[in-house]
Amino acid sequence: MPRTQTLSRKAIMTVLVWAVAFLIFFPILWMVLTSFKTELDAFSVPPKFLGFHWTLENYSVVQTRSDYVHHAINSIILAGGSTLVALVFAIPAAWAMAFSPTRRTRGTLLWMLSTKMMPPVGVLVPIYLIYRDAGLLDTRTGLVVLLCLANLPIVIWMLFTYFKEIPKDILEAARMDGATTAKEIVFVLAPMAVPGIASTVLLNVILAWNEAFWTLNLTTSDAAPLTTFIASYSSPEGLFWAKLSAASTLAIAPILVLGWLSQRQLVRGLTFGAVK
Amino acid sequence: MSTRHTRVAGRLLVAPSVVLLFIWMIVPLAMTIYFSTLRYNLLSPGEERFAGFENYVYFLTDPAFKTALLNTLLLVCSVLVITIVGGTLLALLFDQQVFGRSIARLMVIAPFFVMPTVSALVWKNLLMHPVSGLFAWIATSLGFRPVDWFADWPLLSVTVIVAWQWLPFATLILLTALQSLDQEQKEAAEMDGAGALSYFRYMVLPHLARPITVVILIETIFLLTIFAEILVTTGGGPGLQTTNLAFLIYSQALLQYDVGGASAGGLVAVVLANIVAFFFVRMVGKNLEA
Repeated sequence: MPRTQTLSRKAIMTVLVWAVAFLIFFPILWMVLTSFKTELDAFSVPPKFLGFHWTLENYSVVQTRSDYVHHAINSIILAGGSTLVALVFAIPAAWAMAFSPTRRTRGTLLWMLSTKMMPPVGVLVPIYLIYRDAGLLDTRTGLVVLLCLANLPIVIWMLFTYFKEIPKDILEAARMDGATTAKEIVFVLAPMAVPGIASTVLLNVILAWNEAFWTLNLTTSDAAPLTTFIASYSSPEGLFWAKLSAASTLAIAPILVLGWLSQRQLVRGLTFGAVK
Repeated sequence: MSTRHTRVAGRLLVAPSVVLLFIWMIVPLAMTIYFSTLRYNLLSPGEERFAGFENYVYFLTDPAFKTALLNTLLLVCSVLVITIVGGTLLALLFDQQVFGRSIARLMVIAPFFVMPTVSALVWKNLLMHPVSGLFAWIATSLGFRPVDWFADWPLLSVTVIVAWQWLPFATLILLTALQSLDQEQKEAAEMDGAGALSYFRYMVLPHLARPITVVILIETIFLLTIFAEILVTTGGGPGLQTTNLAFLIYSQALLQYDVGGASAGGLVAVVLANIVAFFFVRMVGKNLEA
């Protein structure tokens, strides 16, 4: 193929790819732009694309309203807490299954996967009643436990696929060199396991942060994370779109960054290793 | 290979997770089954009594169930079609060598990381609003009458939002699969003079068959229980037009306090999801052996 043709083809493709990317990204971009507008500009017809009065007012309003900070902290606690608790259970389990698999390992893994397939509405009623009777409704503890259980299968699976890739010979080599078990773990295994654990944490934080079935149904204010807080903007009297946009931008920004960092691991984690 | 000692240790390490997940799965499910046989309303506590299959009969013959089931199927199927076809096209497009591809790719996968309540409200208020939404402005400037999306096409509007959220997922997975297609095979096909279409038909599509199945199964499991998007945009309405199975069960449980009816509905949802899950688990299982 002549060089010029491939170059012009590349140029056309570039334009096409960027046009499509822009179109799909547009709602997010529009939201970010709206967050810098005054409420009046946010409503204006025809819409103002860039030539509006830029203001940070919405952000300061959203920040100074202490309930936003409160919900953001809840989000951090729920996402971080549920991930940490899940790790405590998942690391030993995944480790054992990856390093000393038994006849039952495969069945166990698949069974764990099947628990993730249970639709949450199927158990909404009993969970709601148990939580009501145990005083766990609208508490962080209750939600941390729930989100942890909901995502535990994914965490175990992801860790398992990573741990399985650690070459087992390296342990023997370390042992031959006279390493003790403690040294083995600290100097040989940990460095090789950390990247996998980090990716798992990343994906799980994203999933827990965006979880919107249990958080919407079981929290109202005290333990309500950002998902519930943003949902409160849906009430008809709350037509504050610039503020909605600012709150939304703040709510998705950290997770967007994490998501971009973890796009490869995402495929692996969400397909349970079925697509690599 | 593993000694008795490590086997015992291994079981001890796995046991806590297994026990946790077992309780998490079996206790609520057993309660759901139990409640589904009771006439039990939270508004009249202490009046629970055995009702046999009454709740099932009531739930399954309720016209709302038929509507909700139809809405669920419509929502799931249309989102699947949009994301699979769109995702395949996008994956092919983003597999091309272009300038700034990695940044463009980041832009495309971004919607997947937006929390459901945010995407629903941004679409509803900033884009689809009949007066000041961007779509309304585009329609008026082109000389059309603006569409009142959530009043005239409620289910379609929800579908659009959900499809926007899941399109990146399909794209990302299909793109990952596409990039594992053998580069040499690609070149060989080009040398043999294979046209773009026949190359796609005989090389790409067979290669994508498996990942596409994976996308269909995973999306179905999540799409069957779409909830937040409906709650914050339409609240199931107008009428029952956007009530899917998940929302119907929610409204029966937490708005009408009908524990028995909602439990029966919950079990119907579990059965539906399990049919899909069965195929998915089998597929993953096969892959595990390889």
